[in-house]
Amino acid sequence: MRGRLAPRALPSSRLMRVRESSVADISIPIAQARLSNEVVSRARALRGLIFRDRIFRIVTRAAAALVLALLGGVILSLAWGSAPTIRTFGLSFLITEVWNPVTDEYGAFAPICGTLITAFLAMIIAVPIGIGIAIFLTELCPQPLRRPIGIAIELLAGIPSIIYGIWGLFVFAPFLQAYVQPALINASQPIPILSTLFAGPPYGIGMLTAGIILAIMVLPFITSISRDVFETVPSVLKESAYGIGCTTWEVVRSVVLPYTRVGVIGGGMLGLGRALGETMATTFVIGNAHKISASILAPGTTISATIANEFTEAVGDLYTSALITLGLILFVITFFVLVAARLLLMRLDRKAG
Amino acid sequence: MAKYRARRRVDAAAKILCVAATIFGLGWLTLILAALVWNGFGGLSLAVFTQMTPPPGSNGGLLNAIVGSLIITALGLAIGAPIGILAGTYMAEYGRYSRLTFFVRFINDILLSAPSVVVGLFVYQIMVTRMGHFSAVAGGVALAIIVIPVVVRTTEDMLLLVPGSLREAAAALGMPRAAVIRHVAYRAARAGLLTGILLAIARISGETAPLLFTALNNQFFSANLDAPMSSLPAVIFQFALSPYKDWQHLAWTGALLITFAVLAMSIAARVLAARAVNK
Repeated sequence: MRGRLAPRALPSSRLMRVRESSVADISIPIAQARLSNEVVSRARALRGLIFRDRIFRIVTRAAAALVLALLGGVILSLAWGSAPTIRTFGLSFLITEVWNPVTDEYGAFAPICGTLITAFLAMIIAVPIGIGIAIFLTELCPQPLRRPIGIAIELLAGIPSIIYGIWGLFVFAPFLQAYVQPALINASQPIPILSTLFAGPPYGIGMLTAGIILAIMVLPFITSISRDVFETVPSVLKESAYGIGCTTWEVVRSVVLPYTRVGVIGGGMLGLGRALGETMATTFVIGNAHKISASILAPGTTISATIANEFTEAVGDLYTSALITLGLILFVITFFVLVAARLLLMRLDRKAG
Repeated sequence: MAKYRARRRVDAAAKILCVAATIFGLGWLTLILAALVWNGFGGLSLAVFTQMTPPPGSNGGLLNAIVGSLIITALGLAIGAPIGILAGTYMAEYGRYSRLTFFVRFINDILLSAPSVVVGLFVYQIMVTRMGHFSAVAGGVALAIIVIPVVVRTTEDMLLLVPGSLREAAAALGMPRAAVIRHVAYRAARAGLLTGILLAIARISGETAPLLFTALNNQFFSANLDAPMSSLPAVIFQFALSPYKDWQHLAWTGALLITFAVLAMSIAARVLAARAVNK
């Protein structure tokens, strides 16, 4: 199907005209001249069509190549922008905690830690719940409710990030501060490790708040991928497990989950990629403190929140460059996580196909 | 028998946990929407759509932000959607089995989830520093970069759903490839292509991070594409983090507007997609 195709058929009226004139046979040379005119214009039309087809093919191919160029462009431009930082601080940029625009000293350790911690918290919450919802939707939910509930969960993904931010700042954080965090602090007081993890005071905003909001945001991604892979389990497998007397939970645990393990992990990684890069929601509720605390109730910062908060106010080349370097680090981390997710999901596709 | 009862108990517990997880998920949706209506609905008035964003302490609306958002979104779509559709066309029609398609599909899926704040930095680097100032065009380009992967993905998927027999029938009539694509494949997949564009609009109309460093913000009405332009998300960001109560109220109202517009669009896209696939 590639390359040249037959040209569009000539309009029949024109053919008719040619035939009529040759039948009328008033003057053969004129008819022949007309005929050769038709042949010439037909050839020209053909060439035009081939040319247009070739142009269209090249244009679409260029557009496809542009997608690849976009990725390369992002990496190159960020690397270019990071050059001053790397020249000044070298690799120690990654492990320095200082972030001081006044003395022009920058280190990415606090934002990197913040990003990893909040994303980790989000995963702890979102993965089990996302899988739970997917199990509910595929195994337990009555058929007519499946679609509406599935769509409602997916709508969570449609709510813009900044809405989670404003809601988190004005509604959720005050609620956590008033009710949940004091209880957590009190309850964990006597337990050695937990007491440092949940050390007060209750700020409301902080790592835990950001983690919970991120969890809500990535929940729909994990749910929809888990649901899709759960639906690929052959019913014969499930039915035979039910047939030997398994309960629903036993079927899920010993048949569905082992069968779809790769896909579920892939979905989790995809959610992780989202959680790592999420910007506006975390910016509102993280607290923007360039320090690392043992307590997850304390304010911190993430890479994306630092960039969003400080970039427009950054004066000086080194400050701007440090923020761009943070962007590069974030992009590299999410890139690898997302590549891993895609590779896992691709392995699954191959198995299914 | 005791063992059987224990198994039943575990099963019941697992089922209850799954139901609880679902209620948990749906609960957030309800809570967020309720909070938006609760805090934002009271502020809805004609003034919101007819007046400019105010200085703190006086009355005003969101007109410049709403218009700015529409302009930047339209710009992003005008740049991103054609590129996305063309790239998707190559992947589904000309190069269905080519290596380029394989790589583009892989990279596109990654761009689809790439952090949008990085897109903002990228456009800042290539446009804002070159031009020397923030501008609506830069904002449009940033949004276009977010539009492209969404449109590429749906275009490819929807064109792949068009039966090959349609294309063969058209080719047998002597239509050249480009004409087959434009007159047969596009027409058959029209609802699907529209779905992709709707999804892309829903995705970018709430995007904030890429606009902060590109279109920036503007306290006043501006239709100049070469100057900073206000947008709803940027105004919400600025107003919500301000200490002024009336600014915060406007931020909630803006948030309500954006959310319901975005949700309406994603539901419309879903309905359209269901129709496109069933057909």
